[in-house]
Amino acid sequence: MPPSSRGGARPGAGRKPSSDPTTTIRVPVSQKAVVLDFVKQRKAGLPLSHCLEIFALAEHPPRQKFPFMSHAVRAGFPSPADDYVEKRIDLNEELIQHREATFFLRVKGHSMVEAGIDDGDELIVDRALVPEHGRIVIAAVDGELTVKRFYQREGVVKLIAENPDYPDIEFREGQEMLIWGVVTRIIKSV
Amino acid sequence: MSTFALIDGNNFYVSCERVFNPALEGKPVVVLSNNDGCAVARSQEVKALGVRMGMPWFQMQALARKHGIIALSSNYTLYADMSNRMMAILRQFSPHQEIYSIDECFLGLDGFNLDLSDYGQQIRQQVRRWIGIPVCVGIAPTKTLAKLANHAAKKQPQWDGVCDLSSLSEAERDRLMDGIEVGEIWGVGRKLREQLTAMRLSTALALKQADTAFIRKRFSVVLERTVQELRGISCLGVEEVASNKRQIVCSRSFGLPVLRLAELNEAVSSYAARAAEKLRRQFSLAGAIHVYITTSPFREKDPQYSQGITIPLPEASDDTSKLIRAVQWGLKQIFRPGYRYAKAGVMLIELGPAGNRQSSFFTDEEKESRSSKLMQTLDSINRKMGKDTLFPASSGIARPWRMKQGNKSSCYTTDWRELAEVRC
Repeated sequence: MPPSSRGGARPGAGRKPSSDPTTTIRVPVSQKAVVLDFVKQRKAGLPLSHCLEIFALAEHPPRQKFPFMSHAVRAGFPSPADDYVEKRIDLNEELIQHREATFFLRVKGHSMVEAGIDDGDELIVDRALVPEHGRIVIAAVDGELTVKRFYQREGVVKLIAENPDYPDIEFREGQEMLIWGVVTRIIKSV
Repeated sequence: MSTFALIDGNNFYVSCERVFNPALEGKPVVVLSNNDGCAVARSQEVKALGVRMGMPWFQMQALARKHGIIALSSNYTLYADMSNRMMAILRQFSPHQEIYSIDECFLGLDGFNLDLSDYGQQIRQQVRRWIGIPVCVGIAPTKTLAKLANHAAKKQPQWDGVCDLSSLSEAERDRLMDGIEVGEIWGVGRKLREQLTAMRLSTALALKQADTAFIRKRFSVVLERTVQELRGISCLGVEEVASNKRQIVCSRSFGLPVLRLAELNEAVSSYAARAAEKLRRQFSLAGAIHVYITTSPFREKDPQYSQGITIPLPEASDDTSKLIRAVQWGLKQIFRPGYRYAKAGVMLIELGPAGNRQSSFFTDEEKESRSSKLMQTLDSINRKMGKDTLFPASSGIARPWRMKQGNKSSCYTTDWRELAEVRC
């Protein structure tokens, strides 16, 4: 019978003969070579300072982030305002309720001057809001976006212009009107 | 049992354009690829005319004239912003989200003890109302089936945009799968479809009922997993953490054929700069860079040449100027005069995290830290003041080779100067 390669003693198997108890440790894969090298140097009996030098060369400490300080550290009295530092006002937070549903549009025309909307103004439009009677809305009419006041009473739906020179837009059965969004703010340059 | 939803924007690019230009509603619209080459998105009306995905614009011109097809240049800035909005809205519907592409994502709905069809309709309506994009929802016990359900929701009007396979009986599910071609299954590409069809496995149902051992032996473990998933056994989970890209590519066709080395140099430098910016955004370093140039296979009478070269870097880097120096050197090696070049590309490879940079013996640490500060400054200025506010001079100023974008819409949501106008 040919000699079997299975079973029997395997070299290097079993408990290591050592008086010291041992344990396994985890090291980052990227640092494995560095750690092994360090241990090897130690075993070779090189002075510790030498080992440490190898260590420092092989590894770049990751950059650290430092917390933001409101002012430079001074040796004298701390600033009395330190306790009162707060975040500056952010218009995005104040003026926008639904970030994802909010769009800016630029006005062209004069049909809403009496509502305070002039040519060239920018509008903040929130599509998440439900258009209610009396609100200023953006509507898609005949393939164009238009801004008007939304009227919805007793089965009558229309878009009202806020300028006597401009007609209202009324809707009859079967005519399609799509409310695009609700205007929440007007931005003007002065 | 697991439950997944796949949400997918309908004709996403076209839908983005329609939000700001309602005149496109109901009209046949195509969005063309970079350089206005071929169709990358088609409205329903265009699909009905038989325009295929990827069809070159010159091939559909007769159709376009006859039916008044509106062709738009792609506006990826707009699509990316609308995509970010859509994904943020969808995130509200599940703690587990995997963004799969610019216009689709998976949501994990395990343990959602409610009417899932209803939930799907809520998702659909909210996306539609908040950003104006129509979406379809497929719900199923596996990701592959969720994809399939989404396909059904899109093609079969009786679902009203939401198809929940988990609510169907086995027999009903089989009937649905019998009507779906095998090529529509997630992971079954064109080649695989041909092979499967030749073996009479031409529908989703046939593949579902195929012998798994045979599939594994004849094809792959991957396709076997697909079969399991079709049977409702979930093999793929929601992958929430977007993995960093393992390579970064920046390649474009030119607006005009380019003959001179100087102009090719500009082009590859600008692509390298763009790729380096993406590299830094994901905090990686590139170990090597590949550059290639090619003539146009569509111009059959022109002499053809195409060549590429990979340049290993002495040490991994994210520094624009180093990468540009490398591609310019590489370009000089592969450039041959006398050809009309149509396209060039730059690819960053062997990417690794920026945290553990390995210096070489000759590294000048002080210079390195100056360069990294310079790159940070460059990126932050360009982020704040707009793309290409600062750019390497080697990428050229006039850039005659730049791609054509004849009919591009405005960046309505990302540029204050380009807001959509509203009639008043």
